[in-house]
Amino acid sequence: MNDHKDRSNSKQPQSCHPQEQHVKDKKESGSEFWKELVRGIIVSNPVFILILGLCPVLAITTSITNALGMGAGVIFVLLCSNILISSIRKATPTMVRIPVFIVVIATFVTILNLTFEAYVPSLYQSLGIYLALVVVNCIILGRAEAFASKNSVLLSIADAIGIGIGFTIAVLIISFIREIMGTGGLELFGRQLFKLPGLSTHPLIFFISPPGAFLVIGIMMALLRLIGVMKNE
Amino acid sequence: MNNLLTIFVAMVIINNMVLAKFLGLCSFFGVSKKLSNAFSMGIAMTLVMLIASVFTSVIYNYILVPYKVEFMKIVIYILVIASLVQITEIVIKRTNIILYNALGIYLPLITVNCIVLAIALINSAENYSVLESIVNALGAGIGYTLVIIMMSGIREKLDLADSPKSMRGLPVAFLTAALLALAFVGFNGIV
Repeated sequence: MNDHKDRSNSKQPQSCHPQEQHVKDKKESGSEFWKELVRGIIVSNPVFILILGLCPVLAITTSITNALGMGAGVIFVLLCSNILISSIRKATPTMVRIPVFIVVIATFVTILNLTFEAYVPSLYQSLGIYLALVVVNCIILGRAEAFASKNSVLLSIADAIGIGIGFTIAVLIISFIREIMGTGGLELFGRQLFKLPGLSTHPLIFFISPPGAFLVIGIMMALLRLIGVMKNE
Repeated sequence: MNNLLTIFVAMVIINNMVLAKFLGLCSFFGVSKKLSNAFSMGIAMTLVMLIASVFTSVIYNYILVPYKVEFMKIVIYILVIASLVQITEIVIKRTNIILYNALGIYLPLITVNCIVLAIALINSAENYSVLESIVNALGAGIGYTLVIIMMSGIREKLDLADSPKSMRGLPVAFLTAALLALAFVGFNGIV
């Protein structure tokens, strides 16, 4: 957690498959594709298992609308950057790979920001600065470095979709808890889904305030360790 | 002057980067295990933020705005920050080896820290002048240092406590941060 670069280089044995460095045959790539996709969602879930990219997770999980928007943004940037980085991986000199990755990611984040600003301005407003900060999200640079720069385009697409969906599911779970506790109901893109009697008239505003974010994630981590999904320290 | 003071105080305690805006959490939880490391990290962070916001606000106010290419700011800022951190590291290594040894690995790590980019983006979103940007960055740096020192002091004591097995380490650190953040909510409305 203290060192993104080290983590992506050495502490992710599950994401470095030396035997996959050779480009896979076409007949094998189908099952590999699904394997990588599922791995990103469950076994190496970026938020709960790898504990990467926490800043947006805590900041935007005040409502499920925000969480869906952020998830879509992360999937878009991850997918585009993984495809591009993986297709130029043989032409990229090892020495300058990190700056190249950063420029590629920053380009797609700029596209994402302009698109959101033009088509979903209310979501753009509520995500605020965190949408631009996807560029320094360790998940994306981590996947570029640990996976896309070593694997074929098809596998990189699977990895991007898997990790992106894993991230989206994680922020959806957290924002689900926080929105229900904090507002007493659920709202999706301005439409009220349901309201809990009692809680909606006296919501626990603490849960959508900043301290509530730390509390919810801390307790979720402890529970995940208790049931054995995450490792104890 | 009053305006500058408002920006500074708001950045240090009300809109605290870590506890209110959740920026720089990786380093906040990663480096806050020992008090001395936390102090070095805070100083390094403040230094980089100051230098970076001087450069980025000059670029924003005198290049991006006059030529109407503000949409390029993400790409430009990230490149400027990455190269500034490299240059700062080289300069400190050549001029002050004691400081360099104290900052150690934290300096290069700061490149990927979201606070530095966030400060640059906030400065341009709020249309701050160069002076206001510097004050803003100084406030953010001091706020970060304050919180990470408080956190490391608590965590040094917390390590001795007999907490449940599944709470040890990160989860209990998150709960501590929740309590700290709750205390900082009390500052709301000062400015």
